[in-house]
Amino acid sequence: MMKQLSQRLLGPVTLVLLGLTFWLGLWVTPPDRVQGNLVRLLYVHPAIAWVALYVSFGTATIASALYLWRRTRSYVMDRIAHCSMEVSVVFIVLTLITGSIWGRPTWGVWWAWDARLTSTAILGVLALGYLALRRANDDPALRARRSAVFAILSAINVPIIHFSVQWWKTLHQGATVFTSSRTVLVHGSMAWTLLFSFVGFTLLFFWLLRARYRLEIKREESSSAQLDEALASRRSEGAF
Amino acid sequence: MEGDIDVVRLHDAVVLSSGFPLLSGVDLRIGAGSLSVVTGANGAGKTSLLRLLAGLIPLTSGVATVAGIDLAEGDPRQLRRRVGWLGHEGSFYDDLSVRENLVFAARALDRPTSEIGSVVERVGLSHRIDTTTRQLSAGQRRRLGLAWLLLRRPELWLLDEPYASLDDDGRTFFDALLGDVVASGATVVVSAHDPLRSAALNPRTILLAGGRVVGDN
Amino acid sequence: MFRTALLVAAKDLRIELRSRVLLWQVVPFGVVALLLSGLALGPAHAGNSSAGPGLFYLVTLFVALLMINRSQAIESTPGTKASIATLGLDPAGVFLGKSLALCVELWATGLVLLAGAILVLHTALHGALVALPSIGVTLAAMAAAGTLYGALTAGGDGAATLLPVLTLPAFAPLLIAGERSFSAALHGGALWEWWVILTVALVAYLAVGVLLYGVLEES
Repeated sequence: MMKQLSQRLLGPVTLVLLGLTFWLGLWVTPPDRVQGNLVRLLYVHPAIAWVALYVSFGTATIASALYLWRRTRSYVMDRIAHCSMEVSVVFIVLTLITGSIWGRPTWGVWWAWDARLTSTAILGVLALGYLALRRANDDPALRARRSAVFAILSAINVPIIHFSVQWWKTLHQGATVFTSSRTVLVHGSMAWTLLFSFVGFTLLFFWLLRARYRLEIKREESSSAQLDEALASRRSEGAF
Repeated sequence: MEGDIDVVRLHDAVVLSSGFPLLSGVDLRIGAGSLSVVTGANGAGKTSLLRLLAGLIPLTSGVATVAGIDLAEGDPRQLRRRVGWLGHEGSFYDDLSVRENLVFAARALDRPTSEIGSVVERVGLSHRIDTTTRQLSAGQRRRLGLAWLLLRRPELWLLDEPYASLDDDGRTFFDALLGDVVASGATVVVSAHDPLRSAALNPRTILLAGGRVVGDN
Repeated sequence: MFRTALLVAAKDLRIELRSRVLLWQVVPFGVVALLLSGLALGPAHAGNSSAGPGLFYLVTLFVALLMINRSQAIESTPGTKASIATLGLDPAGVFLGKSLALCVELWATGLVLLAGAILVLHTALHGALVALPSIGVTLAAMAAAGTLYGALTAGGDGAATLLPVLTLPAFAPLLIAGERSFSAALHGGALWEWWVILTVALVAYLAVGVLLYGVLEES
């Protein structure tokens, strides 16, 4: 009952939160002293990047690990990993686009050799590689195993991205919202807008994941129907 | 206790590849220590059946037990250790000699390499023992494949089109070898276009068509 | 596991010595790629560029891709795959053995390419010698990663084209860390960060390989 209700409410709540984010971000919050209206990207870019790098990639990795673990091995996990990775590609592309839009006036170029930007692009190629790997293997079990291992290997890149911020010579600004002392540096309407944006985009991910998962189930049902036809046709080859 | 002496038990075994049913529901039992010839037209599923039994392709649905190991649940690696497979392609490292290939297999299986000389002699390859596999003829490669299996001594021998590329001497030699293998208690399943080839050994003939068994005698 | 590793490594190296693919195909490719890199820099920079370490690693990376393909191709003919599968070798041992053989081959090729970089890109000999340990570890990490990614793509549709798509992004941190430590050896500068990245990558790929290589094999 609760599960059904939460599933039914997922879409509307996501829309309300994202609507609130855009309204607060575009009309209510003030422009920044240094960055002017450009600061409004703060309500979109970090939340999208959070979903791209951590929520969706993280979900794909955890589902992959659960698939590989014998006790929890099931195609449900494989489907979740696959669908999360597809949604992840969308969010990674959005991260790169919004990052570039922010970077152009700040850095003067659309693409800078910034560590986080470069690593995110690399992670995007890895996510596309994951999808390409799935297409290259027909056997469902082998496909699930190989793509799970690849997802875990790709996740090794996530901490490298994190450490890269500190180690590589970078143009990107460091952590803004939370510093190492965990003191929140933005206040008032800006903080609320940020909160709505993070929660809204996270819920958007789960909403998209759920829709993509349902589509995958329908696709599997359709190929299962085709399979019955293929079996009947194959057996008829042997009829005398 | 019939089940205990069946090396192969298949019920409605289906194998798919890219959505195509290679096997479309095979029902089959093969007893221990027997010789069976799987025959049928091109594309009937002969090689697929043997590859399934060797644990080289996965079972899609149905029930399949080979050498006591459930193909759906068990570890295919366990199964592969107990079966011997001889494909109709070359089956070794082309850049290694006959001896080097067999030494590799013996070491991998923890068998003494001293057996290699006698095995190579038995298959008639002594004069080619230091020849690179790439330089062997198709028939000689087949003999090397047999040497590989003799070294391994599997309980189930799966031989895919073993008569192809063998001359008359080779076929006679092969029939004699199969007779010895069956006499030693191993089970042999051979795929062949021509069911009469091994008639001297009085094998059971299993006829496949459309990816399932349509005749058995 | 280690017994299987040594058996497999010895077999791969013996095949390489016998077939000479490394000597007659891979090394010449690397040398010509290094020459082309010099040409791409233009006459003003080909002999005095600070890009030497980067170009060395870029060429090594492409050479490594060829070698990974080759390492998998040895196992991938249909008959060989089936016969070897019936030996029931320990997958962790196979992974370590293939990684070890690939590592030795990469070291040998790397030495030739390093000599080429010293000769044609005028990379300083002393700096190159100081960089040898970091080059060794970078190539070892590439070998472990390459063996894993090679197995991931083996037997799939378009394996040869899929391999670079999957492998090159994963090689990027190795390329950066290798290049930075090589440059540090030439011009001075901080080193430990790159050693951390290289060591973490090597250990992670070895651990994932030992644990999961069997999962990647076709059933």
